Amino acid sequence: MIPGAFDYHAPASLEEALSLLSANVDDAKVLAGGQSLLPLMKLRLAKPEVIIDIGGLAELNYIREDGDHIAIGALATYTDLAESELILDRCPLLAQAAVVVGDVQVRNRGTVGGGLAHADPAEDLPAAVLALDAEIKAAGPDGERWIPASEFFITMLTTSLMPEELLTEIRVPARDGYKSSYQKASRQAAGFAIVGVATCLKESADGTCEDIAIGVTGVGDVAYRAEQVEAALRGRKLDDSAIAGAAALVTGGVDPIEDVNATPTYRAHLARVYVERTIQAARAE
Amino acid sequence: MKQTVRVTVNGRLYEEEVEPRQLLSYFLRETIGLTGTHIGCIIGECGACTVQVNGTLVKSCLMFAVQANGKEVTTIEGLAEGDALHPVQEAFINNYGFQCGYCTPGMIMAADSLLKKNPNPSEEEIREGLAGNLCMCTGYVQIVAAVKEAAGQVDNG
Ligand SMILES: Cc1cc2nc3c(=O)[nH]c(=O)nc-3n(C[C@H](O)[C@H](O)[C@H](O)COP(=O)(O)OP(=O)(O)OC[C@H]3O[C@@H](n4cnc5c(N)ncnc54)[C@H](O)[C@@H]3O)c2cc1C
Ligand code: FES
Ligand code: FES
Repeated sequence: MIPGAFDYHAPASLEEALSLLSANVDDAKVLAGGQSLLPLMKLRLAKPEVIIDIGGLAELNYIREDGDHIAIGALATYTDLAESELILDRCPLLAQAAVVVGDVQVRNRGTVGGGLAHADPAEDLPAAVLALDAEIKAAGPDGERWIPASEFFITMLTTSLMPEELLTEIRVPARDGYKSSYQKASRQAAGFAIVGVATCLKESADGTCEDIAIGVTGVGDVAYRAEQVEAALRGRKLDDSAIAGAAALVTGGVDPIEDVNATPTYRAHLARVYVERTIQAARAE
Repeated sequence: MKQTVRVTVNGRLYEEEVEPRQLLSYFLRETIGLTGTHIGCIIGECGACTVQVNGTLVKSCLMFAVQANGKEVTTIEGLAEGDALHPVQEAFINNYGFQCGYCTPGMIMAADSLLKKNPNPSEEEIREGLAGNLCMCTGYVQIVAAVKEAAGQVDNG
């Protein structure tokens, strides 16, 4: 359980980090909170020869209001998200997902950038980021670009970040007037999601669904939006039978994965139940 | 290539040459000889290696020693003042909050951290605050009782 040897760099600026990454792109790994990378390195599933530790870059550690968006630096931790007044006030779904990640210690070290760049299919944050239509900023040698969350997660452990790019920020539209809920099924108190569902919705005074967005994690090999469920509910009255009928569409077009925790059938069942629960919980907020 | 790290542990500054791949847990135990921090699973799941870095609760097996450069680490050895035990340590003794003692240093660091943030936690908040720390022996009941007893006695200033 000892990682392989590596050269260690702690760049003092983003610019320096990017040039170190470009110079070592085949052998380097970026280190943020280390809560995924260290276990992988100990198991020697990752054997980087160069580690670029961005953990000290204060310029990537912030949560701030940016007009009708919230801008979150890559180094904000899950604890920062869960406790941010701004997030609790304007896009609480992010805090609702962050507060159930792992345990206190993991939340204190794990970062937004690391969690998203890692793209483990059982991580919680991707579901919330998808449901919130967040945008992800990538910085590379040729400058910056924005990637919509819907185009960010490609497949298991694979995103649309290029090897010489760093994730530097995510930008989330404020969801004033929306209600939300994140819930997950996991094996123990502090475990990865077998299924996690992030729901954000807006309803009119008479209970008609004006808008709804549902992000699902743990079910397929990558987190996704339950578009069929959303389409079935938008403009409809949110009564129990409409919700139950729509929830059954959650795995439409998706192949639920099989692992030690759950069969595909059980995963599909959980996904349906958690879609219903999060819609009901959001409405009751 | 070895790297120099300067880390303040329990108020004392250490300057050591380490391999970058050395985990903070081994730095504490083997390089500077503070064996109060235990190592259980070494993959980040049991919490036995829990310490505080700049006042934040972390698992020292999920951090390289070089990542603690310039930071302040508090381990279980840093809680008592001379012969006067810390209130959480006293409460663990009073409530039989341990049996084999393997999980205890991590549990106490986690309990201290919880009480600094939330001086009067509910039972659910205590269990949630200690969720990253596993105990094979006690069944947790006495540990929760100990944290309840210590509540309100931890200086959160
Ligand atoms: C015991 C335990 C329980 C856990 N439980 C959960 C859980 O319930 N839910 C959950 O969602 N997660 C869970 N996790 C995983 C963890 O939350 C995240 O995967 C982790 O925090 C990722 O963030 P990090 O900063 O630690 O990333 P690191 O481990 O530092 O990096 C992860 C990967 O992302 C890359 N990377 C990091 N930052 C950037 C960046 N800015 N730009 C580009 N690439 C980058 C790294 O090179 C690496 O490949 C758990 C982890 C542990 C150890
Ligand atoms: S030894 Fe660090 S968590 Fe188990
Ligand atoms: S007292 Fe033995 S593991 Fe907790």
